[in-house]
Amino acid sequence: MRLQDHILVPKHEILKEEEVEKLLKLLGVSKEQLPKIKVTDPIVKEIGAKAGDIIKITRKSPTAGVSIFYRFVVE
Amino acid sequence: MSYDTILAEYPLPPSVKEEIKEELEKIKVKKSVAKKIVDYCYKAYLSNLLEPGEAVGIVAAQSIGEPGTQMTMRTFHYAGVAELNVTLGLPRLIEILDVRKNPSTPMMTIRLLSEYAKEREKAREVANRIEATYLKDVAEIEVDLKETIITIKPDFEALRRKDLSIGELRDKIEKIIKKNAELIEINGKFIVKVSKESYKLLMDVFEELRELVVMGIKEIRRVIIRKEGEEYVLYTEGSSLKKVMKIKGVDFTRTITNDIYEIYEVLGIEAARAAIIKEAIETLEEQGLEVDVRHIMLVADVMTADGELRQIGRHGVAGEKQSILARAAFEMTVNNLLDAALKGEVDNLKGITENIIIGQPIKLGTGDVELIAKLGVRR
Repeated sequence: MRLQDHILVPKHEILKEEEVEKLLKLLGVSKEQLPKIKVTDPIVKEIGAKAGDIIKITRKSPTAGVSIFYRFVVE
Repeated sequence: MSYDTILAEYPLPPSVKEEIKEELEKIKVKKSVAKKIVDYCYKAYLSNLLEPGEAVGIVAAQSIGEPGTQMTMRTFHYAGVAELNVTLGLPRLIEILDVRKNPSTPMMTIRLLSEYAKEREKAREVANRIEATYLKDVAEIEVDLKETIITIKPDFEALRRKDLSIGELRDKIEKIIKKNAELIEINGKFIVKVSKESYKLLMDVFEELRELVVMGIKEIRRVIIRKEGEEYVLYTEGSSLKKVMKIKGVDFTRTITNDIYEIYEVLGIEAARAAIIKEAIETLEEQGLEVDVRHIMLVADVMTADGELRQIGRHGVAGEKQSILARAAFEMTVNNLLDAALKGEVDNLKGITENIIIGQPIKLGTGDVELIAKLGVRR
């Protein structure tokens, strides 16, 4: 049973090292300024992310069709 | 010929691209013309974007607040055709924004795996596994004070309907009374004999037996089966996502609850965000009010930005404002000022509320612009 298969849960993936830098440069922010997600979050546990990672969330949006969101994993 | 290559060059949202593509395919134009059209669309899109610094929070607050005044203050209505009682209107909206841990009417919508969803009998089978069945539902419980015994007369008809064997029932009863009493089976009846002659103990055991859940999930008080299109769907009074997910026959990927905090605990912050949006929009729509999703999405984003659910209000978003004056202006003025004074807090006057209080221009619109001038030396 994968919690990620639930209809309410959008796609979560861990951002690769090189993509992280690209993203932070594009947005002009530091990691800590991103919205957060806890390490204890069930989905974070499921994909095996650690504190300090950035998670890319691909949501289905009623306005934009698909929207991409990033969260910084914190303790 | 495909217009995708042209569209790929523009950073438009997927839904907008889809729409443009559809229209282009209807009129079937040349590539060069298509490019011009897309270019024009992109300009229109850019001019419709919000400007940086726009006070979206205030706009969202007003856009939800005004329709909120038209909502029914007290409703305890029946949703749809089902006989289920559901909190609606303003009380429900407040419940969502306050992130109540126990909503007043918890409810689940359970969808079933295809092999169980087609027949009513099969759906009933799953419903039996979910709905809490108490001992008092399947048996008659009597106390004999003179003999200090409790007699349990199983109702075989009810047991058959619930698909529960007498052996299972016996195990359940034995498990709960094992320390305080012993169980004797005499021609189809159970007799519970307490270990010492004490009325208190007898009554305690009796109470325990009355509340004993012999089958199903304790939190789910009632299950209703309803046919929706081709499949049977279960609606429940009471909610326990974690337990229901594990029941055989339940399609957990499409099973939801209206308890947002529970969703947060079981499925995480992103699912909670989606649930807030869904519940809030449904509540507003049910009242015949149209609020743009963008406002609700903003509220949901603020509530979930920290990775945990924060309510809108003094224990959440409004209570964590940096400015003392802004917090004091919201709720509990004296307490806030007193606490801030004790801690020696400093207000940097960067926000809106505090600047209005002291009569300064706010940092929005024209107030957000600062003049930078090179001062030459005057001769």
